[in-house]
Amino acid sequence: MTVGAWEAFLLVLHRELCLSFRRPEQLFQPLVFFLIVTTLFPLGLSLQLSALRDIAPGVLWVAALLSSLLSLDSLFKSDADDGTLEQLALSGQGLTLIVVAKTGAHWLVTGLALVIVSPIVAIALGIPTSAFAIMMLSLALGTLTLSWLGAIGAGLTIGLRRGNVLLSLIVLPLATPLLIFGAAATDRAISGTSTAGAMYFLAALCVFTCTLAPWAATAALRITLE
Amino acid sequence: MNFASDGLEFEKVHVWRGDRHVLQGISAHVRPRELLHISGANGTGKTTLLRVVSGLLRPEQGSVTWLGQSITSSRTEYQAALAYASHEPALKSDLTAIENLRFAVGLKRRVTPKDLLAALDRTGVAACAELPARVLSAGQRRRVSLARVLAMRASIWLLDEPHANLDAEGSELVSELLQAHVQEGGLALVVAHRDLALSCPVRRLELNS
Repeated sequence: MTVGAWEAFLLVLHRELCLSFRRPEQLFQPLVFFLIVTTLFPLGLSLQLSALRDIAPGVLWVAALLSSLLSLDSLFKSDADDGTLEQLALSGQGLTLIVVAKTGAHWLVTGLALVIVSPIVAIALGIPTSAFAIMMLSLALGTLTLSWLGAIGAGLTIGLRRGNVLLSLIVLPLATPLLIFGAAATDRAISGTSTAGAMYFLAALCVFTCTLAPWAATAALRITLE
Repeated sequence: MNFASDGLEFEKVHVWRGDRHVLQGISAHVRPRELLHISGANGTGKTTLLRVVSGLLRPEQGSVTWLGQSITSSRTEYQAALAYASHEPALKSDLTAIENLRFAVGLKRRVTPKDLLAALDRTGVAACAELPARVLSAGQRRRVSLARVLAMRASIWLLDEPHANLDAEGSELVSELLQAHVQEGGLALVVAHRDLALSCPVRRLELNS
């Protein structure tokens, strides 16, 4: 009658998605932020389309990073506040498995959602449709990496009163390579030159964090649970 | 349920919280069919002791063993045999009572909605099964958390102030559940300020500051 790891993973994923959809305002807040920030830029700068295209990758990536950061704070904090994190930690399932499921669910509702709405923003910023595929793929890799960096930061800061400020300080410097290579990939896709270098780097960063960050985030959570 | 013979033992447990030496060499051995009632004034480390025994908190000195094995080396098996109820009901306010149970108990063992409803019925909150936990009263939330302990069918119960927010009838229910659990061969560690009013043998551990 014991529960297998895969079954437990799906159950925690289901739980997280259920919780996200019960709070639509929290679900849409990062998306709305992303849309508003990126559409304000063309309005505020009143640039020519060509000039807008030059700054578009940077605007897109900065907005994506900041909006992902908005929801990171609550990744473990709400569970820690109401005591359900203790129940999860004592569930007999590995804490790493739970961390992977929670972070995966977080990426699905923030990162993936952001990737899906990014073409709307891209049109507003004058990015040609030929660059959409690379832009969306780079954003998918970047937001997944960011979710994992954020999981470590969120694990370390759950016990703190103003943890979200510290969380930004921990995560944003680590996210700088994402911004540089993500914006570079999008920029090259717009200009039609080879994006391979930047994309490989983003993919390598993504694999690196996906394999190591679960253990780091679990260790961080164990420390803060004490 | 599978209950082995030599139970749960903690030996010379020391915990410091900053400069404060909260637990100073606490030892006890609780066997199946035994209940340990932990009492003491506020701030004497009752909850800390329960967290140490659950494995959430690692003691600076001392050991906790289950069936003769350290709980850190047999963490998965130990946790599978454990039901812990902290002094908070630990419910997600956006989920219904039965969803809360499903997502917590479902990680320990395969459960059907019928099992969960039966547990909620036993603790007197079956009528609240489909209500979000946020609309439940403090007493009802406590009853849902007791239903979670019950539905886990664990052999070790660690309960922190299970009577909190409960009416007289609810307190009686806690006693009945504890008694049934112990009689079926389980063991329990209960932190409570009040007398447990049980007919089964109760051992006491009084913590002093």
